[in-house]
Amino acid sequence: MSARAEAEDRLRRFAAIWSRAVYPVTTTSRTRAELEEQLLPLAGRLSEALTDRTLESEAGQYAGAALVDAHCTDPEALSRSLDVVDSYLVLYCGADGDREEQRARCARLQHRMAAGYARALRDRTLAEQESVACAALDARSAVAEALHDSEVRFRAVFQGAAIGIAIASLDGRVLEANDTLVRMFGGLGHPVRRNLTEWVHPDDAPHVWNLYGELVRGERESYRVEKPFFRSDGTVLWTNLTVSLLRDADGEPQYQLALLEDTTERRLLHLRLRYEATHDALTGLPNRTLFFERLEKAVTRPEGRFSLCYLDLDGFKTVNDSLGHAAGDRLLVEVADRLQSCATAPGEMVARLGGDEFVALTTDPRDEPGHSELAGRILQALEAPISIDGRELLVRGSIGVVDGPTGERGPAEVLRSADITMYRAKSAGGNRFELADPESDARAITRHALTTALPAALERGEFFIEYQPLVHLGDGSVRGAEALVRWAHPQHGVLGPDRFIPLAEHTGLIVPLGRWVLEGAVRQARRWQGTDNGPVRINVNVSPMQLHHPGLVADTVDILEREGLEPGALCLELTESALIGADDDLLKPLRRLAEMGVDIALDDFGTGYSNLANLRRLPVSVLKLDRSFTRGMQQYPADPVDRKIVEGIVGLAHSLDLSVTVEGVETGAQADALRELGCDTAQGWFYARPGPPDRLHTLDLVDAVG
Amino acid sequence: MERPAWAPRGIDITVPSVSRIHDYYLGGSHNFEVDREAARQAVGFLPGLPKFVQADRAFTRRAVRWAVGQGVTQFLDIGSGIPTHGNVHETARAADPGARVVLVDHDPVAVAHSRTVLAGDERAGAFAADLRRPREILEHQVTTEVLDLTRPVAVLLVGVLHFVDDADDPYAAVAQLVEGLAPGSLLILTHAAFDAVPAGEEGVRGAVEVYRSVRAPLVERSREGIARFLDSVELVDPGLVPLPRWRPESDVDDEHPYAFSGFGGVGRAA
Repeated sequence: MSARAEAEDRLRRFAAIWSRAVYPVTTTSRTRAELEEQLLPLAGRLSEALTDRTLESEAGQYAGAALVDAHCTDPEALSRSLDVVDSYLVLYCGADGDREEQRARCARLQHRMAAGYARALRDRTLAEQESVACAALDARSAVAEALHDSEVRFRAVFQGAAIGIAIASLDGRVLEANDTLVRMFGGLGHPVRRNLTEWVHPDDAPHVWNLYGELVRGERESYRVEKPFFRSDGTVLWTNLTVSLLRDADGEPQYQLALLEDTTERRLLHLRLRYEATHDALTGLPNRTLFFERLEKAVTRPEGRFSLCYLDLDGFKTVNDSLGHAAGDRLLVEVADRLQSCATAPGEMVARLGGDEFVALTTDPRDEPGHSELAGRILQALEAPISIDGRELLVRGSIGVVDGPTGERGPAEVLRSADITMYRAKSAGGNRFELADPESDARAITRHALTTALPAALERGEFFIEYQPLVHLGDGSVRGAEALVRWAHPQHGVLGPDRFIPLAEHTGLIVPLGRWVLEGAVRQARRWQGTDNGPVRINVNVSPMQLHHPGLVADTVDILEREGLEPGALCLELTESALIGADDDLLKPLRRLAEMGVDIALDDFGTGYSNLANLRRLPVSVLKLDRSFTRGMQQYPADPVDRKIVEGIVGLAHSLDLSVTVEGVETGAQADALRELGCDTAQGWFYARPGPPDRLHTLDLVDAVG
Repeated sequence: MERPAWAPRGIDITVPSVSRIHDYYLGGSHNFEVDREAARQAVGFLPGLPKFVQADRAFTRRAVRWAVGQGVTQFLDIGSGIPTHGNVHETARAADPGARVVLVDHDPVAVAHSRTVLAGDERAGAFAADLRRPREILEHQVTTEVLDLTRPVAVLLVGVLHFVDDADDPYAAVAQLVEGLAPGSLLILTHAAFDAVPAGEEGVRGAVEVYRSVRAPLVERSREGIARFLDSVELVDPGLVPLPRWRPESDVDDEHPYAFSGFGGVGRAA
């Protein structure tokens, strides 16, 4: 090994010893071997300084500072380093020569090292303190900047928000209010800066100020209400108000934050829509919707009374038809005004249900039960003529009045009763009021029920036909039968034609029902033809509506052909009233039927406006004398006046070549008298009541009245 | 109430900070008396505590150099603390002068200091963020400007996970971080292990109390609990081991007993 290599080896061994001594007290993240590499050049510098005095100071200070650089910052590291240098530097790194001199230099090197270490450590400590202080300052100013930015953003949000924002102390002092809020209150003049507790409005919901109290006492975190305020000009500002409690870091209540959304417009719109939905556009009166709300409230209250007037103008359709709808509308407006002026007391309201129908509702009327002062007032109010387009129109009305205690009937039932009663007033001639009574209501309701049940009844085959014999007065033989329809009603039992024919006539169901009766009766007549008793004529009633129906002739012909009955065996009975004022168009189908051989009988003759002259142009071959003429002949001797009348009619009929049938023959005396007077045919309970077809030829021949 | 994103946290240097306490352990002077007082108290309970922190740094140094050796030269150090000697930036640059480094810490003073140290360096940056909101870290402007996230990145979570309580779901945070990384990225983490501390239970409890008092409570986790952080990555040899045993460069027997008071491991993202 060369001297140089040997010196390097000794240096490395010194550095190894040094690193082993120091490593445990360093804070480096390097390995000991790496530290040894770091110390090696220091060992070299120290070694050189042992032999060269000029290097002494620099090398010592350098080594001291280098230790700090190598993160041997624990003073123990210096102590150990000095120990190592003191013990091993001269030994491992000394040169040949004066050992004492080298030891002295080594001691001085240690002094320099210590000084260099201390200076480096002090510099480093100061620099690091400086840098961490700067970092803290930087961080703080970054935070301050961010706070400022955030403050700016918050300000922008606060001022630019579309809702009004106010921050107030717990005692209600307004600390901040944004521009929107100031604008909402109508400008700067408004005391936005006044205390929150003064923001009272008479329309405040009762609980608003309780909520406020709970919030400021910290018992509630927030509340949301609809609240009105006074604007600076005295008008009302409606808002959705949300108030939240703001607490400090320790949770203590500190401020209240109020957010106000202006809902005035929306509210007005809502009110207007509500008004439009509940009021009649023409008259401005409450409409059906609002009336029903009120009526329901009025009649369902647990205690109290109500009175309802249902008014329908008499003859309003004529006004509309003759003067036009515009005039009709003006008339309705005037009527509405008059009605309104009648019902001004608290608890009274007038509404228009539609068309010319009005209602007046009184809650807890002071009338005696069964009286209606209001109805009287209404009729009185309508008495003065109404001037439309220079014409003085007389307006009359029919009123149905329902009154009674609340809590018994629902609104629909009450209104129906009033409606029924109004029709009663109308049928009684109009320009009056009637008071509701349960019996008329029940009748009307049954009528209504039967009307609606009719179509289904026809489909289900609930109708059947009974036959009443027509007896030849000359020889007492059964010559024919009148077909009479019956309704086997599932609830009401067997109903006679007077109960449902007018209803069927009214709804138009009479046409199919009439056809059905005609078909059944013709079929039965055909059946009788084949029996021992010989051919029988069949009488079938035809109602006015059937007469107007264009299919009458075709249907009749079709049925006769289908069933195989000659037209001469059929007699259609029409009431006199159905033919009053009949023009040629209406008579044409009858003439055609008569030409075919079908007999036409004039039923109930003598009850209507018996236009004898008219008889000549009617295609009639039979007169059926109403029972009112023959009632006086039930006794013996017969009423002489009745005898004269019947005698006259029979003479007239026969001179016109018409045969005469009498109805309602109930006694033998009657039958005898009528035979003597020349009547041709008779029917009535004396002979037989209407019955099933197989009983046709069984005659009772007993007096039906006693 | 949750602090809104636009309201910054205040700075209170009268409260000790973990990063400055650890700087003091490592012989630094980037600290204030409150930090030193807390550090002295903790060391009073666990005299070898600085050695553990030092072992954490030594592990970091080995792991970073190994990562560079694997070709990963981008580093995202979360919980970087005060960048004293042997920090990631220094080590990585020593291994590869072109290395890119982003330092993240939730301590604004540590971040401010890092910024000063890294000033003018375009391939490095620092910002304040919270490990519990990993998306904010990955999407931060500094991250996206300094790092190329389409290429592998080594994410360091050294000495930080034991400060995150399970209630804040650090597992999900770590998984989200890994999810945001390119395949081949590395997850480098360490975690304290209470039962490996060569001191009595009393000492450990005392030190834990000191950390709690500086608002940095320590969370105890078993080795299995720590290993779960690496579930989403493939562990590299030698796995999750006591700090000095991870790819040692010197005789493990020479290590200070406190150096074994924590686990370290590295995983590779698929």
